[in-house]
Amino acid sequence: MDNKIAETKIPPIRNGTVIDHIANGQSLNVLKILGVNEHNIDSVISIGMHVRSNKIKGWKDVIKVEDRELDPTTVGKIALIAPDATISIIRDFYVADKFRVKLDDHIIGLAKCSNPNCITNRGEPVTPEFAVEERNPPKLRCAYCDRILTNISDNLL
Amino acid sequence: MDFYDKDLVSIRDLDREQINYILELSEKMIPYAKGEKVKKVLDGKVLGNLFFEPSTRTKLSFESAAGRLGCSVIDVSEMSMTSMSKGETLADTIKMVDGYCDVIVLRHPHEGAARLAAKFSENPVINAGDGAGSHPTQTLLDLFTMRSAKGSLDGLNIVLVGDLKYGRTVHSLAEALTMFGAKLTFVAPESLQMPADTFNHIVDKGCRPSKTAVLEDVIGQADVLYVTRIQKERFPDPAEYQKVAGLYRIGNAILREAKSDMIVMHPLPRVDEIMPEVDSTPHAKYFEQAFNGVPVRMALLCAILGGEL
Repeated sequence: MDNKIAETKIPPIRNGTVIDHIANGQSLNVLKILGVNEHNIDSVISIGMHVRSNKIKGWKDVIKVEDRELDPTTVGKIALIAPDATISIIRDFYVADKFRVKLDDHIIGLAKCSNPNCITNRGEPVTPEFAVEERNPPKLRCAYCDRILTNISDNLL
Repeated sequence: MDFYDKDLVSIRDLDREQINYILELSEKMIPYAKGEKVKKVLDGKVLGNLFFEPSTRTKLSFESAAGRLGCSVIDVSEMSMTSMSKGETLADTIKMVDGYCDVIVLRHPHEGAARLAAKFSENPVINAGDGAGSHPTQTLLDLFTMRSAKGSLDGLNIVLVGDLKYGRTVHSLAEALTMFGAKLTFVAPESLQMPADTFNHIVDKGCRPSKTAVLEDVIGQADVLYVTRIQKERFPDPAEYQKVAGLYRIGNAILREAKSDMIVMHPLPRVDEIMPEVDSTPHAKYFEQAFNGVPVRMALLCAILGGEL
């Protein structure tokens, strides 16, 4: 019932992607990942913030992106800040594919290390790399300096 | 035990069996480290000793270890003397030095530098300290000193005192000691206690360390008292430093509370954490600990470069 109310607040889309079950308050960070501020999006994006969720018995955010299907890199980044998110690919109003975001055991090139003294932040020709120790909430350890990545959303690449 | 051609970046790279192997090999190295016996098993090999940060003991003991085994050394002791001062990346420096030697020993001010070097080098890399990160050869020589003095590492009661927050040696040491079932006690004011990440790692490994700020309460049970320097440069206010620096000054008075066979260790340099009067007591093991850097590093070089006694 609640979900239906949420659906009516955010109109259905013909083609594109629905990112659902984003942790409450994280939709602005997801928009950052989608590159909304970079003027490179030619489609409509609808956002539901603080929407009631039956699944998690609390609040969530929802984003609908028209005419765009997300690439694996973008999905990987979303998994870092919204590990419960589900992605639905919509084609002609129907759900063509639906999956939950998933973090790999190793994250390469999605975020930079939060330790300013880490060698990966000193202009060396390497891509930041992390071992995923916990998935929800994500706990990432830098493969170089061994530190835990703090403030993931501030360190996305 | 397969150390041949392997990197040593962090003590986490080694398991208990591998650590024991190096400690046993170190024991055999002692007469060679003292020059009582000579065998140039690494004759013809070259060690690249890259120190981009100040060091006395680590650099000299690697040079001594290599020399005792007949391995020649090429070295860099200041970043300003290298092309890195012209903006060359560490990756490029490593690829270049890699062509000049058979093993690279690296001390660098940035955390993760040794892991990066290992990635770009064909030859094995030994981490000799990367910023506030790891210093695995120091951990091995600390373990060796404890084992030599106590006969075994199993179940020792070890009290670590001083700057447990920033002192890199204590983090790797505490982690390694958990593999041997040590009972750990961390003595420091709350502001300098063991960081949560290391503390949790130790707890995850099944160890139940205790914390206190009062050394007098725990010194009586200790088999080993491991003292670290409180680093002045960490304190913006000199008055704050003085308050903390004076907290744990080890002298003969407090040692009267300790077991007669308790040993006092310190990675050195010391400032005034251990009073000179302690040097002549049987408790003092810190200079022997500094010497142990040679046999332990000889053992590592032999294992990594394939030299056999």
